[in-house]
Amino acid sequence: MTFTDEPVAGYPMPMLAGHSSPGRFERVLRAGHFAVTSELAPPDSADPAAVYERAALFDGYVDAINATDGSGAHCHMGSLAVCALLTRLGYSLIQQISCRDKNRIAIQGDILGGAAMGVCNMLCLSGDGVQTGDHPEAKPVFDLDCMSLLDIARTMRDKSTFQSGRKLDSPPQVFLGAAANPFVEPFDWRPLRLAKKVAAGAQFVQTQYCYDVPRLREYMQKVRDLGLHDKVFIIVGVGPLASARSAEWIRSNVPGVHIPDSVITRLKGAENQKAEGLQLCVDLIQEIREIEGVDGVHIMAYRQEHAVPDIVSRSGILNGRTPWHPKLYDGDATVQQHMENIQ
Amino acid sequence: MYTIRKWSVRNARLLERVYSGVEHSLIKAAPLLNKIGHDKLEAPVAAIEKGIKGVLFDCQMCGQCALSSTGMSCPMNCPKSIRNGPCGGVRTDGFCEVKPEMRCVWVEAWKGAEQMKNGSDISTVQIAVDHRLKGKSSWLKVVRDKAPAEHTEVKPT
Repeated sequence: MTFTDEPVAGYPMPMLAGHSSPGRFERVLRAGHFAVTSELAPPDSADPAAVYERAALFDGYVDAINATDGSGAHCHMGSLAVCALLTRLGYSLIQQISCRDKNRIAIQGDILGGAAMGVCNMLCLSGDGVQTGDHPEAKPVFDLDCMSLLDIARTMRDKSTFQSGRKLDSPPQVFLGAAANPFVEPFDWRPLRLAKKVAAGAQFVQTQYCYDVPRLREYMQKVRDLGLHDKVFIIVGVGPLASARSAEWIRSNVPGVHIPDSVITRLKGAENQKAEGLQLCVDLIQEIREIEGVDGVHIMAYRQEHAVPDIVSRSGILNGRTPWHPKLYDGDATVQQHMENIQ
Repeated sequence: MYTIRKWSVRNARLLERVYSGVEHSLIKAAPLLNKIGHDKLEAPVAAIEKGIKGVLFDCQMCGQCALSSTGMSCPMNCPKSIRNGPCGGVRTDGFCEVKPEMRCVWVEAWKGAEQMKNGSDISTVQIAVDHRLKGKSSWLKVVRDKAPAEHTEVKPT
């Protein structure tokens, strides 16, 4: 799907009334489409080609790409750099900002920098603890938490000041997001914490992996009772599991991921566990999209990124749309020239 | 200490009453406290505060106490210093992602808040911490923030 006034790659679109950003992702959501996002595994490399290749896997299948920020407390290419490379090609990015590695001085600088490069969406996260990563000896910063970060980012955008009150010459026009995890304790408090995130400035949330639809339904019921589904776009996290063994490993080693026994049993019973994992992902998406208040899915296909187009097509969630991607411009000489200059 | 901390959350309602009493008396005593001078009082009051709140809450002396909005569970004991928790990493049994031997500070906070009269204050967004206040008395800060302006010497921090 393209809008009538689609931009040349790397140049911003006009901002519509009532929107916070000039971005395509916000437009898709506000137009009432079921949005699809995915996350790019940042390379352990200084070669930009690795980033371009990984982004191209999603061409035509996702509305925005999350650039993770040291996810799982592992070192990779930084979020801001991935955004810099990809916004120049016109991709719609969700810049993830974690409070684990940087204090408020660095973070506010990154918000301005990201927005200046054409990032229209920012996901404010507290961040995984350093103990889960490859540098458990590192100093955790946590100067802010996700809520105070949201509050600061919103202040920068709406009041055009830093947290200190010092004026900005030009505020970052960004659509603000946060994470949510409906699948871990304390369940009663989770919808209220979402309300708190909305109060702090969240306009969209992306959830942790959902493998337990009944639990998501209960959560969404409470979310609707609180009227939150009208105030925040809810994108539910999903992902293919490679095998029963890997599901068991994730369940016991990755904090915050809840995988019910029924999922493990289903994978164990399958002849081809990998194919069953993909089918399970498609089935989950189809169930999730039917829940009132769910506005999209976030596909986190760790080490299976190439499977994202297949998952999206098989689940039928795009409803015939083709999200914008740089190759839509193939054949346009001006744009070709622009792209060649960049690469 | 951990046992006493858990006791404090279980008795959040009682401590809330004690706390509002202490706050009321401090505000009443504002003219006297202001006469003595907050600079002179800072060290001894902070020491007393650290002693009492250290025992009851494992207080980390952030200098901007939020206990009455956090179910009497000190958020500075969260290994991620999250003042608006709980994070998404809570273990299935309600234990902390980073310190598996400790109950999540925010799972506890929620339990504490359920008992408190003003427990819904847990829904207030706690803004970014001012790290300059670390080690300082938040009781005296309450006096400065809440006592009528004419009785206070407002000093830029």
